[in-house]
Amino acid sequence: MSDKPRLQMTDIHKRFGPTVALDGVSLSVDSGQVLALVGENGAGKSTLVKILSGAYRADRGAMWLDGQPYQPRHPLEGRRAGVAMIYQELSLAPDLSVLENIVLGAEPHWGPWVRWRLARERAAEALRRVGRPDLHLNRLVGQLSPAEQQLVEIARALAGHCRVLVLDEPTSSLTAADIERLFQLVGQLRDQGEAIIYISHFLEEIQAISDHYAVLRDGRGVGGGRTAEATIEGIIGLMVGRAVEDLYPRSERVAGDVVLAVEGLSGKVRLRQAGFALRRGEVLGIAGLVGAGRTELLRCLLGLDAVQQGQVRLALLAGQPLREAAHDSPRARWQAGLGMVSEDRTQEGLALNLSLSDNLTLSRLPFFTSPASQRRASGTWIQRLAIRCAGPDQPMRDLSGGNQQKVALARLLHHDVDVLLLDEPTRGIDVASKAQIYQLIDELALRGCAVLMVSSYLPELLGVCDRIAVMCRGVLGAARPAAELSEHAIMREAIGATELAEGEAA
Amino acid sequence: MSESGQGRTAMTVSTVRRLLTLFGPLIGLAFVGVLFSILAPRTFLATDNLLLMPRHAAVIAIAAMGMTLIIISGGIDLSVGSNIALSSVVVALLLTGQSPQFLHWLLPSYNPWSPWAAAFGGIACGLLCGLLNGALITGLRLSPFIVTLGTMGLLRGLAKGMADQQTVFPPPTGLNTLLQRLAPEQAWMLLPPGVWLMLLLVGATALLLRYTRLGRHVYAIGSNEATARLCGIPVATDKLIIYGLGGMMAGIAGVLQFSFLTTGDPTTAPGYELHVIAAVVIGGASLAGGQGSAMGSLIGTTIMVVVANGCIKVGLSNWHQEVITGVIIVLAVALDRLRRR
Repeated sequence: MSDKPRLQMTDIHKRFGPTVALDGVSLSVDSGQVLALVGENGAGKSTLVKILSGAYRADRGAMWLDGQPYQPRHPLEGRRAGVAMIYQELSLAPDLSVLENIVLGAEPHWGPWVRWRLARERAAEALRRVGRPDLHLNRLVGQLSPAEQQLVEIARALAGHCRVLVLDEPTSSLTAADIERLFQLVGQLRDQGEAIIYISHFLEEIQAISDHYAVLRDGRGVGGGRTAEATIEGIIGLMVGRAVEDLYPRSERVAGDVVLAVEGLSGKVRLRQAGFALRRGEVLGIAGLVGAGRTELLRCLLGLDAVQQGQVRLALLAGQPLREAAHDSPRARWQAGLGMVSEDRTQEGLALNLSLSDNLTLSRLPFFTSPASQRRASGTWIQRLAIRCAGPDQPMRDLSGGNQQKVALARLLHHDVDVLLLDEPTRGIDVASKAQIYQLIDELALRGCAVLMVSSYLPELLGVCDRIAVMCRGVLGAARPAAELSEHAIMREAIGATELAEGEAA
Repeated sequence: MSESGQGRTAMTVSTVRRLLTLFGPLIGLAFVGVLFSILAPRTFLATDNLLLMPRHAAVIAIAAMGMTLIIISGGIDLSVGSNIALSSVVVALLLTGQSPQFLHWLLPSYNPWSPWAAAFGGIACGLLCGLLNGALITGLRLSPFIVTLGTMGLLRGLAKGMADQQTVFPPPTGLNTLLQRLAPEQAWMLLPPGVWLMLLLVGATALLLRYTRLGRHVYAIGSNEATARLCGIPVATDKLIIYGLGGMMAGIAGVLQFSFLTTGDPTTAPGYELHVIAAVVIGGASLAGGQGSAMGSLIGTTIMVVVANGCIKVGLSNWHQEVITGVIIVLAVALDRLRRR
């Protein structure tokens, strides 16, 4: 092994028109090392990674792989040189088998014929290295769980003899147990001498997994070092450029009348006999693993999924008696003052090629409308929520994740809903936007709105919510005051450990 | 002060962007217009010919308005041509007082309808066919392509069955003059009524798309149907209305087609669905949904008519025209891609 770092990037510059995306960023990774790349959305992480992969070309700066100059002209060249990317959205062909996916694009061949025996050997070897030799090579990838699909993608990278493995937000669609397994795998790969770049918004993950970290802010490297010597507060401070005093503002809240009462609610899938009461001025959190049925609960509440049995009762105005509304359409629910932010901003939450103002006013358009009135309404919210954009006519696609999410929330505010159903409202957005959203939730609760918030990020639930209920395999537990709960207790309940313990005791 | 300035800039930006969207098709139109003016100045630019082209455009343009709504909403309607033929046959039958051949056992004949009533009968027929498409698409959750591929055959067959596989010859009525050259005493109208009707419907579609809730919903459904559902948009009802309007426009186009032919021909308007779709796409709509405009589709139709007419005037035969139209469709989409980069 040479003493040169596995990957070195020096003084990388990149502009998009007038916007400077990267302004002289340098970093290096050694083999057998995990480097965490941290920064708010828009700080330049994805641009940097895309330059590394070959999707973009740097305006200035140089890259070396094992001391050799590395100048990929397109992603395929990057891949051939040994730079493998695992993105948030997996790039697998669901209708092909595990084997075909692993060797895809690099099939060993003899003339036009694929050498399947050799391909099988390589694929099996790669699966062994990711710790899943039991995964059958002939299974269709579309039938695998998200975690297994991710392993197939990592196996593909290993089979291609990668030298640098880049993991971009790899845990966002995984359950806690799968995240644990992924961490173990990353550790193993590091021990086998891989160089790994790990990008995540979850600073706890970074602490758990990385040896070194590098922080980007506004396209510049603003700090870095050994992870073991850093604190979360210190890293956040570098990311936002100031100390974060209070990420979770919480005013004195007074719970009012019940606005939403749910009893014995069951959906067509997963959700079984859920019940709770939500009061004005209250933030109720729902914790649980991905796939526990939390999203299904919210979808049933908004009428997007059919209610199989049970009651959903809503109070329209303060002091009014609750009204049965289990089988209303989404339209009727919105009119009754219920609104939802989807967990999937790009696929469901927003129409990305429509303008900001179209997205913001979509749920509440009068019969006759006009672009001018839509623009006026949006202008107010752009100012109130400090949404960074060129104007109300800018296509949604051009906004950063945090600003997109603010628009999704602004839609609820514009509609003037009483009950906000928020599904993972801060997933994949930067810390500054998160702080603003927490602030907003607090203000809404003070104004007498009721908030039902689903989140997989426990510090956030504990920081923002008044009460928290945990969902496990479609069953919603009783809501308890957040002050009485800890991350540990919630996690135990979420993975069903409490039931097990009680079962053993009995 | 600065705030209103910002608002104005934003408005200017949006206007410019909207103009740019029309700009591509407009340049195309100017190009083919100038080209044929140079190649055939005498014949192409003759007043008679300039007045002929809008009359030729009317049928396609009106059907294209319905198709614009459908394509922006992310759908497609392949049954337009058959719908036009069926509607024109219905008009002819109603004017003759002849009942469909397969209903003779029930009702051998009846009193001929008045021209206006017959026209509305044709439009109602188009509307019903559109609603059938919409009901199948939303009710059975089938893809619009498959459903309308089916109804394309179904409606064409029905038209032939109703007319007993022959052309229906009704007595001449005022309907025949909708797209005819204006008689001297009607010169005050400037354009034939059918052309005015086309302009009216283009204007109405443009207003519908921009200034009504339904119009904005059309864009939202085409851009992201899941978002539309999330926001409480009644997607199924809206789609039913969209396909119903599309069918109604095809019905109106059918009445004009009848007026053009003065007979009810069940084999008329063959392949029109592709002309109509081409006009909408040349006009800047995206088959993926979420993009398009009424004015764009009108310009797209005009380009196709100018090319067809110009080729004849220059003395090129039919195959030249088909090749040129094909090239324009591909060019239009390619240029659109470049512009959006």
